[in-house]
Amino acid sequence: MLDQLALLGRIGLGAIAGLGRAHLLMFGLLRGLGDLWPRPLLLVHQIHSVGVLSILIITVSGLFVGMVLGLQGHYVLSKFGATQTLGVMVAASLVRELGPVVTALLFAGRAGSALTAEIGLMKATEQLSGLEMMAVDPVKRVLTPRFLAGFIAMPLLASMFSAIGVIGGYFVGVGLLGVDAGAYWSQMQANIDLHEDVYNGVIKSLVFGFVCTWIALFQGYDCMPTSEGVSRATTRTVVHSALAVLGLDFILTALMFGN
Amino acid sequence: MSTEEPLVKIRGLRFSRGERVIFDGVDLDIPRGKVTAIMGPSGTGKTTLLKLIGGQLRPDAGTIEVDGRNVHRLGNRDLYTLRKRMGMLFQSGALLTDLSVFDNVAYPLREHTALPKSMIRKLVLIKLEAVGLRGASGLMPSELSGGMARRVALARAIALDPMMILYDEPFTGQDPISMGILVKLIRELNDASRLTSVLVSHDVHETASISDFIHVISEGRVVESGTSTEITGSRKAWVQQFMGGRPDGPVPFHYPGADLADELMGDARC
Repeated sequence: MLDQLALLGRIGLGAIAGLGRAHLLMFGLLRGLGDLWPRPLLLVHQIHSVGVLSILIITVSGLFVGMVLGLQGHYVLSKFGATQTLGVMVAASLVRELGPVVTALLFAGRAGSALTAEIGLMKATEQLSGLEMMAVDPVKRVLTPRFLAGFIAMPLLASMFSAIGVIGGYFVGVGLLGVDAGAYWSQMQANIDLHEDVYNGVIKSLVFGFVCTWIALFQGYDCMPTSEGVSRATTRTVVHSALAVLGLDFILTALMFGN
Repeated sequence: MSTEEPLVKIRGLRFSRGERVIFDGVDLDIPRGKVTAIMGPSGTGKTTLLKLIGGQLRPDAGTIEVDGRNVHRLGNRDLYTLRKRMGMLFQSGALLTDLSVFDNVAYPLREHTALPKSMIRKLVLIKLEAVGLRGASGLMPSELSGGMARRVALARAIALDPMMILYDEPFTGQDPISMGILVKLIRELNDASRLTSVLVSHDVHETASISDFIHVISEGRVVESGTSTEITGSRKAWVQQFMGGRPDGPVPFHYPGADLADELMGDARC
């Protein structure tokens, strides 16, 4: 009994210490932002690696999600004779929820895991120690550009996801199921609010971008410097990011739309 | 030893990882302008000692002074200023894998100096020439052999003309030719650039051949210090076993365990 209590205590203390280290890293990342101004190329390279290389998976997924929304939405709306509002349903679902959330989940799987593996391997091969001994702060020089790149890339990727999704819904709703094209776009234009829907969606994706990139970088920076340690850290990045995104989505939705 | 103040002065160093005590009251001096080796069996904390000298780890107790400054009392900025005057050669080389050989050597110069591109190019080529790899400047780290990677890392470590270089197991896993090149380079660089070299290794013959002083550590303490000749001729049984590479002695061949006869007869007695 006492052993189990001690084990519980150790796990709790370990988790709290991990949270402490993660927050210390976050402060280091935020402090390093100022150092990026003289070196914009570091950021450009990372936006390419984290953002541009994720465009394919994001757009293809967005297209399919939009097409499924078109099909499912048409099925439900046809029961109420409201198929002309299909555009609103597709756009609202994407801009408010699916755009930020699915993009964040895909981002964690594609870019987040790559970030963790890269940083973890840099640690395992002593590249981060090497930088420290060259009097170069690895948090400022290696991690901060990746952090800012993730924060910038996420809302842009989510916007692409939503835009392509709306086109996917159009292909299915208008092209296959006979919804009027004018109604699809005009209903969407009339009922989607810039502040209520679009801005709130962008805020969500900014939060998800911050959290997913932070988790990915922390897991890489804090991992055991062995192949098994990097492998575990990569898995943890995807799991923790997915849970954080879904949990935060509920909190943000409640704050934004819960009266 | 010379009467000049040593470059690195370690006093009462204690360091442990969890329950395991790595250093238990280590006192050690590293004189200026010499090659000093720190030797000992695997797992005695030789690399840890280099990380403590470089300020990457903090001791539990004791002080480490480099050039008269207590490394662990320095703020981040002062520590980084001190590190610009130290080079470290990691066992793996620790080259940045996304940069070419040229860019790796140029990295500290670009980070810490405002030299024009043409000057950086010349300096990098001079450093690479010193390690015999000027012709490999366009290669990527993945295209280098282990020995070449270490020589590039050495060129990078001397890029800022440091006062001291810390070598972490430079000879491990090297073929005889690479090993010979590294041995020659370490000694020549030390003498030509008036460096202080700290060499951590358990390759007895190579290390003894180029070191001015040797400290042998075991079980968290310095067991013997002296010149190469003094250490090689030491009367202490432990040092004799280590330097002679004998399989049995004060460090037993057998891992401690139950008596063999008792263990073999264990089944019969059950």
